[in-house]
Amino acid sequence: MNLTLYVWRQKDANDKGRMEKYAAKDINEHMSFLEMLDVVNEDLAQQGIEPIAFDHDCREGICGTCSLVVNGRPHGHETGTTVCQLHMRHFKDGDSIYIEPWRAKAFPVVRDLIVDRSAFDRIMQAGGFVSVNTGSAQDANSIPISKEAADTAMDAAACIGCGACVAACPNASAMLFVSAKISQLASLPQGQAERERRARGMIAQMDAEGFGNCTNFYECEAACPKEIPVKFIAKMNREYMRALAKGK
Amino acid sequence: MNATAAKKVYSGDASVPLANISIGMKVVMAVTGASFILFIIGHLMGNMQIFIGQEQFNAYAAFLQGLGELLWIERVLIFTFFAIHIFYGIKLYFENSGARGVSYKKFNPSQTTYTARTMIWSGLALLAFVVFHIAHFTAHVVYPEYAHLEDALGRHDAYTMVVVGFQHAWVSILYIISMGFLAFHLSHALPSLFQTIGLIHPNLRNKERVIGRLFALIIFLGYVSIPVAIMAGIVRLPKGGM
Ligand code: FES
Repeated sequence: MNLTLYVWRQKDANDKGRMEKYAAKDINEHMSFLEMLDVVNEDLAQQGIEPIAFDHDCREGICGTCSLVVNGRPHGHETGTTVCQLHMRHFKDGDSIYIEPWRAKAFPVVRDLIVDRSAFDRIMQAGGFVSVNTGSAQDANSIPISKEAADTAMDAAACIGCGACVAACPNASAMLFVSAKISQLASLPQGQAERERRARGMIAQMDAEGFGNCTNFYECEAACPKEIPVKFIAKMNREYMRALAKGK
Repeated sequence: MNATAAKKVYSGDASVPLANISIGMKVVMAVTGASFILFIIGHLMGNMQIFIGQEQFNAYAAFLQGLGELLWIERVLIFTFFAIHIFYGIKLYFENSGARGVSYKKFNPSQTTYTARTMIWSGLALLAFVVFHIAHFTAHVVYPEYAHLEDALGRHDAYTMVVVGFQHAWVSILYIISMGFLAFHLSHALPSLFQTIGLIHPNLRNKERVIGRLFALIIFLGYVSIPVAIMAGIVRLPKGGM
């Protein structure tokens, strides 16, 4: 199939950037979206045009590196899919496709479609860890954890930290990401010791990075490739109020 | 912002005041909003007594006036909450609209409802309405000639004041439109409030938006029934009155 691409091109962080139009020719419907871009890039290189820079790593939907807004939706319109797992069979011959980077003040563009997501790293540094020495792996079941708690923690742990929630949120809020991390550790016994400190630290960092505030649009949940539910945001809010109430 | 510049990282001991924290602001919006919802329900239940008749309605108005200091405490509290709600609503609006930075050429949200996106505007419209409403029925700046009516028992004749007030078509129309804004605001406010304070029962998850709309509709119909009934002549002035 043949497609028309409108791609955001930006030389570096200081460049103003603009949309460029490219033709994607003879695209196989079994290709992933990133493979399609590889083909386009080869074509561009042959024409002496600088290839399009985009982030990717595992290409199997588990690392959270790929980050493209396709036709106005982070990771494209398929639900529960990263853009590296989005296949070209979901497009039609002759389609026009807009490709843009994650847009948030806290995620500045580094080049073309690549943004700097170190804000997420700093949020994790502000409390997204357990700092007790846990030694080697426990015997199974030596720490009793209820099925419910284990399931909650597991659901939250599905977050791959890609930032699609921020890109999808009309307020560029990072609350789905932060709430998944806080909820995961708050559900498990190992996370109890630093529970309040973690909530306060991560939330203060999230605010300092300049993310917007959640107004319950629920775009994040719809865009999340791991389908993290917004109930975790409700849980994060409770965690925060709990920390305040405990005065820790 | 320079991408590589080292940024300060908070640890939990960072004491940032509640009101400057995103979630603190959300909770403040939710709690003050919840008080308005209670007020709106209570106010509606009071107003509905107009359907029982002049006697009941004036007795109710006299009862409210008789509360004396309590009434003033309630007024001061609700006014303070109102000011806080408006202040943070506007602050959040500006923070949120600035958080995107460069906007998308193509942005295609799928979940955002019209009512959720326009909270700031329905809110400001309601503010204008509340100012008018108080000027009309409480401060009697609008139509001051009906401020000092008395019924047969010598009480303030609130019943006649309301009926005459709504017999002016423009007052009724303005009121009905404003209740439309209220319904818009409430349909997002109610589910939002419970999400923010983290109190949505798992069984009600994904139904909260429908519940919000239903609640907004009930409140809308309740309030609007009064001017409609007056305009239709179902609720009318007592014989010999006015
Ligand atoms: S490249 Fe790893 S999730 Fe897409």
